[in-house]
Amino acid sequence: MTARRYAMAVDTRRCVGCNACVISCKTENALPSGGFRDWIVQEVHGTFPDLTMQIRSERCNHCGDTPCVAACPTGASHVADGGVVLVSKHKCTGCKACMASCPYGARWVHPDGYVDKCTFCLHRVERGQVPACQETCPTRALTFGDLADPASEVSRLVNRRPNLVLQPGAGTRPYVFFLT
Amino acid sequence: MALSRRQFIQIGAGGAGGAALATGLPTRWWGLDGDPTPDPRTDGDQVVASYCELCFWGCGVLAHVKDGRVTKITGNPAHPLSRGMLCPRGAGGTGLLYDPDRLQRPLLRRAKRGEDVFEEVSWDAALGKVAEGLEGVKQRHGPEALALFTHGSGGAWFKQFMKAWGSPNIGAPSYAQCRGPREAAFQLTFGTPLGSPEPLDLANARCITLIGSHLGENMHNTQVQELADALGAGAQLVVVDPRFSVAASKARYWLPIKPGTDIALLLSWIHVLLAEGLYDAAYLAEHATGLEELKAHVATSTPEWAGAITGLDPGLIRASARLIGAARPASLIHPGRHTVWYGDDTQRERAMAILVALLGSWGRRGGYVKQDKFPLAGYPHGGLPPPATRPKVDKPKGGRYPLASEVLASGLCDATRPGQSLYDLKAWMVYGCNLIQAMPDRPRLIEAIQQLELLVAVDVLPAEICGFADVVLPEATYLERDDDAWNGPWRQPFLAVRQMVVPPLYDSKPGWWIVKELAAKVGLSSHFPWKDAREYVQARLAVKGQSWEVLSTTGVLMGEPFPTCQEDGAELTLETESGKIELYSQELADLDFDPLPVFRPQEEAPPDHFRLLSGRAPLHTFGRTVNNRLLAEPYPENEVWLNADAAARLPGFERRPLEQGEKVVLVNQDGVRSTPVKVKLTQRIRTDCVFMVHGWGQTAAKQRYAFGRGASDALLTTRYKLDPIMGGTGMNVNFVRFERAPEVA
Repeated sequence: MTARRYAMAVDTRRCVGCNACVISCKTENALPSGGFRDWIVQEVHGTFPDLTMQIRSERCNHCGDTPCVAACPTGASHVADGGVVLVSKHKCTGCKACMASCPYGARWVHPDGYVDKCTFCLHRVERGQVPACQETCPTRALTFGDLADPASEVSRLVNRRPNLVLQPGAGTRPYVFFLT
Repeated sequence: MALSRRQFIQIGAGGAGGAALATGLPTRWWGLDGDPTPDPRTDGDQVVASYCELCFWGCGVLAHVKDGRVTKITGNPAHPLSRGMLCPRGAGGTGLLYDPDRLQRPLLRRAKRGEDVFEEVSWDAALGKVAEGLEGVKQRHGPEALALFTHGSGGAWFKQFMKAWGSPNIGAPSYAQCRGPREAAFQLTFGTPLGSPEPLDLANARCITLIGSHLGENMHNTQVQELADALGAGAQLVVVDPRFSVAASKARYWLPIKPGTDIALLLSWIHVLLAEGLYDAAYLAEHATGLEELKAHVATSTPEWAGAITGLDPGLIRASARLIGAARPASLIHPGRHTVWYGDDTQRERAMAILVALLGSWGRRGGYVKQDKFPLAGYPHGGLPPPATRPKVDKPKGGRYPLASEVLASGLCDATRPGQSLYDLKAWMVYGCNLIQAMPDRPRLIEAIQQLELLVAVDVLPAEICGFADVVLPEATYLERDDDAWNGPWRQPFLAVRQMVVPPLYDSKPGWWIVKELAAKVGLSSHFPWKDAREYVQARLAVKGQSWEVLSTTGVLMGEPFPTCQEDGAELTLETESGKIELYSQELADLDFDPLPVFRPQEEAPPDHFRLLSGRAPLHTFGRTVNNRLLAEPYPENEVWLNADAAARLPGFERRPLEQGEKVVLVNQDGVRSTPVKVKLTQRIRTDCVFMVHGWGQTAAKQRYAFGRGASDALLTTRYKLDPIMGGTGMNVNFVRFERAPEVA
């Protein structure tokens, strides 16, 4: 049996950018005002009336190569079960080195002084639940799962549907895949 | 002294052992991380099933309660409207419950109406004042001089009060200011209005056509779920919208139509379907009348004709018509919501209904299907109150709007200005609807309000309308109260309950309590014999043998499935007079209206003006949620969308063109000025119109967060065009020009 590798597929064709993922993340994780672990991007190209728009629910990419972990001087940023990148708030000094190294702007400073980010809702995953954003998503645009398991839904989607990752040139090997 | 994490870490760097002892943590550095997986522990110790009230859709929710606080709200998987998923508003319900600006105690007005000066009083004093006011109005003008404006499930108690009181004047802006035209049009064509939730089978449609309906931004949870399911299954989408909406970005064909010309497009689509035989001839032969008249009517409505009017490429019109026709009968023309645009809206919706008929999608899978309600008994009352002696007063003295099937909220406002209607309204109760944003022509609305002898507002937040009330009654939010059970129409009947999750905060009270206490003060107690809402609901359930214990745990009860479309064996039911689909409407002809929809041009914009269009954002319900801190975080204010090329040519801005996000003031054709609002320069809209999300520019200073943010489309809607058929107020007939907002020091 291989080790788990958690990943998420975001179906940009289904996503309407409603922010349900954002709000449910905020209440699930009791985030304070001003703090977001996920967010919506609408990327528009073209001129009227020849336009295209991609809508993405974005979050930490839980990269395979983790500049944030390398940059962290205290060991607070670390790779946890299934490749999930976490910050131990007890160890974090809020120095922001990880934020500077993250090409995706996925991290923010919690008012209590530590850096915070998406955890893939690992506390839920350990109980056999899906992340809160996926649970609420009305268009079922989000699919979380174990990419190491070829039978998982996320494997099926990533292997069969055309997809891209954000800033592949950054070389971080993201594990959030945007189905196009 | 409690140390913050940062202080602790700083101290720890100097002398780890001592600091660790001081906080009681283990001394091992790695042991600092006691909880390897950070669990915010927001799962409730107690989870209460109920249904949502952040909009009117009524999704099933599960409210998590921990230490007496609602920590989060999730979708109830057992409820057919949410299926375990929620839109952002539903997920953000705690933002309403814990809104620091909530109404806390009853208020009595202490200054001129609209000046928003109030004194907190006891419930007894407040309800005494309401009772005294109502009795006075009844004595001088009769019980019918009281009108109720209502929106939301708690309004049921107030409707019951109106019946006991003896007034038929119960209205809601959701008819004449929203979906009324389509109800009239589908009634005329198929004999049945559509209601809410609409009887649409989006999930099984092969082609979905949206005309000015931006599903996805307009977050009707179940429909958005099904739209995504349909797209995921390969359905095609056709979107007609002057704006490149979210839905348009997913469409096979986007038709960026010139506003106000939709009827021309619809007639040309009908022309193509008929000319190319892309209609369901057998279905029409069996079920419809008026096909020959229709053929003659659209004989010259070619895509070339419509192209010149709509600004659309005729090739695009033809191609989209073919796509729509090819997918029949699972080709779904969405009827839209908020259909009051140009005053000819019943006719536009009639054109859409005719299209539905041509595609044979009425009664078919992937089209318009049958819905039914869960059978629920009435409360066993001792006796019904005597009916009101005078008729509803929402129509002008001379009649008009012959096909209005619900009370016109705008008509009630008119009837408050003396001498306009059969008799004058003298008192209003306003439940959960902020008329200041809902109604067009605000000066005229306020003039009507100033004529009132009594205005009572029941709300959760100090909405703008509360500032005009004589008495403000603070209601508990939906998470703090029991309400009536709900059995909305659906493809499989269901019954849902609303139950108190946490006790009411402050001195707010549930609607059922307010009504029962008020009734006692005006001698109507016999009409409210129940102890409380729970007893009321339990009595209704018991008659049908349903168990409260089960329902209060699951939140929802499903009824028996039944055939909903012809494919399932359902009969096609047509309740028109002829028993057929009426493509040609003799009923309209007899009333001197066009029996088939006719395109008539709308007024053009004055020089340098843009047509003002409005719509929705998924995070907000009208102006009701704009003070909700949770929902306002990702969407804190509205913006005015302006085509970037049009902005570059904007007169008066040659020296310094508008910049993205800069604040502007909109001035409408009547000189009414908006509050400063950010401009969104975009390619996603035509050059002849601008767009704003409805609900901002609120003037209620006590809603501290919403106050002064963005601009109000309603304020700029000083003009409207009445739909002569059903009285809808077409509101897309206003034009605005741009001014740079004055810089504030």
